[in-house]
Amino acid sequence: MTRKISFKTAINEALDLEMTRDPNVILLGEDIVGGSGAPGEADAWGGVLGVTKGLYAKHGGRLLDTPLSESAYVGAAIGAAACGMRPVAELMFIDFMGVCFDQIFNQAAKFRYMFGGKAKTPVVIRAMVGAGFRAAAQHSQMLTPLFTHIPGLKVVCPSNAYEAKGLLIQAIRDDDPVIFCEHKNLYGLECEVPEESYAIPFGEANIAREGKDVTIVSYGLTVNRALEAAERLARKDRVEAEVIDLRTLSPIDWDTVLESVESTGRLVVVDEANPRCSLASDVAAYVAQHAFGALKAAPQMVTAPHTPTPFSPSLEDLYVPSTDAIVAAVGKTIARAKAA
Amino acid sequence: MSSNPFPLSRDELLRAYRTMRTIRDFEERLHFEFAKGDIPGFVHLYAGEEACATGIMMHLTDIDRIASTHRGHGHCIAKGVDVHEMMAEIYGKATGSCRGKGGSMHIADLSKGMMGANGILGAGAPLICGAALASKFRGDHGVGVTFFGDGAANQGTVLESMNLAAVWNLPVLFVVENNGYAEATSVEYATAVDSYVDRASGFGMPGVTVDGTDFFAVYEAAGEIIRRAREGGGPALLECSVTRFYGHFEGDAQTYKAKGENEFNRANRDCLKIFRARVCDAELASERDFALIDVEVAALIDAAVSSAKDAPLPHARELLTDVYVSY
Amino acid sequence: MNMNITPIVMPKWGLSMSEGKLTGWLKPVGAQIAVGDEIMEVETDKIVNVVEADAAGVLRRVIGEDGVVYPVKALIGVIAGADVADEEIEAFVAGYAAPASEEGGDEDSGPRYEFVMTPFGRLRYAKRGDGAEAVVLVHGFGGDLDNWLFNIEALAGAGTVYALDLPGHGQSDKKLGDASLGWLASAVVAFMDAVGVESAHLVGHSMGGAVAGRVALDQPGRVKSLALIGSAGLGPEINGPYLDGFVAAGSRRDLKPLLEQLFDDPALVNRQLVDEVLKYKRIDGVEGALRGLAAGVFPEGRQTSVLAEELKASGIPALVIWGETDRIIPAAHASALGAGAKSETLAGAGHMVQMEKAGRVNELLLAHLSA
Repeated sequence: MTRKISFKTAINEALDLEMTRDPNVILLGEDIVGGSGAPGEADAWGGVLGVTKGLYAKHGGRLLDTPLSESAYVGAAIGAAACGMRPVAELMFIDFMGVCFDQIFNQAAKFRYMFGGKAKTPVVIRAMVGAGFRAAAQHSQMLTPLFTHIPGLKVVCPSNAYEAKGLLIQAIRDDDPVIFCEHKNLYGLECEVPEESYAIPFGEANIAREGKDVTIVSYGLTVNRALEAAERLARKDRVEAEVIDLRTLSPIDWDTVLESVESTGRLVVVDEANPRCSLASDVAAYVAQHAFGALKAAPQMVTAPHTPTPFSPSLEDLYVPSTDAIVAAVGKTIARAKAA
Repeated sequence: MSSNPFPLSRDELLRAYRTMRTIRDFEERLHFEFAKGDIPGFVHLYAGEEACATGIMMHLTDIDRIASTHRGHGHCIAKGVDVHEMMAEIYGKATGSCRGKGGSMHIADLSKGMMGANGILGAGAPLICGAALASKFRGDHGVGVTFFGDGAANQGTVLESMNLAAVWNLPVLFVVENNGYAEATSVEYATAVDSYVDRASGFGMPGVTVDGTDFFAVYEAAGEIIRRAREGGGPALLECSVTRFYGHFEGDAQTYKAKGENEFNRANRDCLKIFRARVCDAELASERDFALIDVEVAALIDAAVSSAKDAPLPHARELLTDVYVSY
Repeated sequence: MNMNITPIVMPKWGLSMSEGKLTGWLKPVGAQIAVGDEIMEVETDKIVNVVEADAAGVLRRVIGEDGVVYPVKALIGVIAGADVADEEIEAFVAGYAAPASEEGGDEDSGPRYEFVMTPFGRLRYAKRGDGAEAVVLVHGFGGDLDNWLFNIEALAGAGTVYALDLPGHGQSDKKLGDASLGWLASAVVAFMDAVGVESAHLVGHSMGGAVAGRVALDQPGRVKSLALIGSAGLGPEINGPYLDGFVAAGSRRDLKPLLEQLFDDPALVNRQLVDEVLKYKRIDGVEGALRGLAAGVFPEGRQTSVLAEELKASGIPALVIWGETDRIIPAAHASALGAGAKSETLAGAGHMVQMEKAGRVNELLLAHLSA
C-alpha cells in the first residue's frame, strides 16, 4: 500500500528492504550506526542525519561504523563488491570525495573495462549533495558533474521520496558502481511511497509535468523548483512548461530531452552545480547539436554561480537556483523567440 | 637421499622453483622484446624479487585474494594467472588476460583471486581490506594479501588500510617489497623510519622483516602470519628486502644506482641461485632437475611470446564494450 | 436563486481528485446545450475526460480558461435558459460560493481507500454509498479500482458500492495462488465475506467480467446479477500481443503505446495515467504475477475459459456493455449471451468504455441494477 513518508525514511526503507532481501548487502560508513564502541547507546546516531537509524537493530553486524578514513572504507566497499558483496558505502558529504576519489574513479569505475569485462563491481556510494543547509563551502557542493564525467560510474540524483526509494533499490541491484546523490534539503520532504519494494530503471527520465511551450530539464532538488516555476508560469503567464526530471545523469535519457525540445522549441536547464562543464552545459550542448533546427531561442542555463558555496544565509540564498531565476530564464527563451 | 630440512616436499620445492623461473624468464624476455620496440607503453619488471611473490603465494589458494602493484607480473604468475594470456595482454592483443584493454599494469584474473595489478601506488590496500571483509562475511577463511613497494608504503591509503584492517580484525597481509628505490628516490631519503615494521606496531599489528632473496625466509614468515590471519588473528605486515635487477621501468638508465650494484646483486643476491644451491646442498633435487625445469620454462615463454605476437589485435568495437555491465 | 440557472463546476472524479485542469471548451458561449452533451474537457491526475451537461439550456457564461487548474467544485461556466436576464447570471456568478479547500474539509472525502485481510492476502478496496443492495466492481488484467474512477460515485446511488483491487493488482498483496479465474473468483468471494456482503450485483470489466461470471457459476446464491463490460469469458479471442507487451513493458516509452490501445481516443492517455501504471508495474512481484496470470488465463493469446453457454444456461440476469472500437477483446463478443441478456455496444469507445463513455455506462448500469 501507499502512504506518505519523507525522503529520509524512503532511503532508510530501501536499505532495509534490500538488506532483508539479499544477504550480500552490507552498509559501511562513518557513524552509520553511530556510537560503536562508545559507552552509550550502540546505535546512537544512525548516520549523521539519522538516515540509517534503526537498521542496526534489524541487521546488526551488517552495518559497519568505520574509522574516519574515506579512502580505506570506500576502497574496502569497492574491493568487497569486486568479490561478490553488494556494499553500500556512505560518504556522508560528497565534498569528502576529495580524499577518496582515486578509489572511485581509478578503481571502481575502471575495473570492468581494464580487466576486459571480467569484473563486476556492484557498489553504491551514497553521499549528501547540495546547498541551502548553511553548511558552507566544504559541505554543500553539487559535484554530480565530476562523477558524470567518468565512464564506468552511474550517477543518480533523486528529486523526491518516491524516486529516492525506487532509484536506491535499483542502485543496490545494479551490477555497476553507482554514485547515489541525496540532496540534504530534500530529506524532510514527504510524498506518497508504496510500502513494497520497487525499482525505477536507470536511464529513463521522468516527465514530471507535461507542457507544450518550453522544456525545463533538471534533477534533484531543483526539479521541485522547476515544478513551482511551471505552476507559476501556467497560472500567471499561460506558459505551459514541460519539466523533465533526469533522475540518472549517467546513463542519461537523451531521447526524452530531445523529444520534448523538438515539440516545445525552447530549453531551460536547471542545475545546482557550478556552471562550467556541468549537466547544464552538457544538456544545452547536446540539444544544440542534435535539435538545433527545433530551437526557437537560445538554450538557457540556470545554475549556481562559478563560486564556492557561501556561508551567510543571505549569500547562500542567492547561490542556489531559485524559482524566480527559472521563471526569468523561461521568459528569456520566450522573449527571444518573439524577437526572432 | 638425506632428510628434508625444509618445510616443503620435493614436489613443492620444484613447483616453487618453476614459479620463480617462470617469472624470471618472463621478465628477462620482456626486457629483450621491449628493447626491440614491439611492446606498447611501458613495463615494470619484477626480476630479482621472485622469492617474495612465490614464498607468499605458496600458502594461498584461489579463495585467497591479492592486490598487486604496477610491478605485477611476478604476483600474477605466482597466483596462477595464465602466462600465455599475460604475454598477449602485454602485447595488447585480443587474446590477452584483459582482451588487450588493460595492459601490463592492469592484468587481473578474479577467478584466480588476482584482483589486478594497479597503476596507482597504494591503491590495492583498501581493496584488499574489502576482499578480506567479504571473506569474513562469507566465513570462507580466505585471506587477502596486498603488495606495495617501499615508496607506496608512504601512501595514506596504505596507512588508513592498516588501521582499518586492525580495527575490523581483517585477515589481511600487508607486504612491503622494499627494493630500496621509490622509482629513483632512495628509501633512506623518502621514509622516516628505518623499518616498516615500526609502522606495523603503530597500528597494533605484528610485523616482521625478512630477506626477500631467501625464499625459505619469506615462506616461513608468510606461512605463520597467513595462518594466524586465517584463524581470525587479524592483520600483519611483512617487509621483504628485495633487489630490483632492472630499472623502475624499461628504458630507465638507472643512473641513480651505485656503479656495479646490479652486477653485484645478480652475482650475490639472486634468489633463484640461492634457492638452487640450498636445495641441491640438501640433496632434495639435482642441478639436472632444475635444468629440466629451465628448459620447459624457456619453451613456455618462447611459445607465449610467439603466440602473443601472432595473436589478433582487439576488434575496433572493443573500444566501446565493457564500460558497464549494462547501460 | 433562479432554478433555471445551472452551474458548470469542476467535477470530482473518484476519490483522490482535488483539482482538475480545464483543457478545452467543447461548446462556444451561446450554444444550445442538451443533457448529456459534452461541454468541456478536463485533465486530472489520472486521465483526461469530458464533462457532460447535466442540465439543458444555453451556455451563457464561460468562466474557466483553457489550461488553468481549478479546485473541485469551482465554477467553470453557467447554463441557463435563454430568457434569464444577464443581471441574474451576473448575480449568480458573483454569489457563487467558492468551495472550501479540499484538505480534509470535504464531507464525503472519508478514507480514500480501505484494506481488509482475507485468506487471499490484504486487499484494498473503496466503498461508496450505503444502500441495501451491494454492488461489487471487479477490474481487469493489470488494472485496479481506479478503473472505476468515473463510475463509483454515480453507482453509489443504487446501493453500497465496493471496488476492490484483485490479488496481484493495485495496492493489494501481490502474491497469486494458482493463476486461474477460479482462484480469482474465490478471492472475490473471500472479499465479500470479509466486508460482510452476503450477495451482490457483480460488475466486471475485461478479465474482471470473467471473474464475476465464474463467481456467478460457482456461487450462484451470492450473485444477484452480472454486468459484463468489455468482458473476457465470452469468446476465445483476445489481443495476445497487447497482453505480452503489457506484461513486459517497464518504461514509459514501451507502455504508453500499449495503453493507447485501450481507448478509442488515444489522446486520453496522459503522462499521469502512464505513471500510475508504471508505479504499479515496478513493484517487486508484479511482473511475475502478471506473467503467471496471462499464462494461466490467456495462454498463447487465447481465452481458455469461455463461460458464455454456462452463463446463458444459468439464467442469471446479465447486462453486456462493449466499446465499439475495443482493440483488446472484440466487440463481437457482446452478443455471446444471446437474447437473454441486454447488450449495448457504444460508439466512440474502446476497451475502457466505462471511462470513455462513463455517463452512458453509468446510466445503463443504474437501469440494470434497479431492474
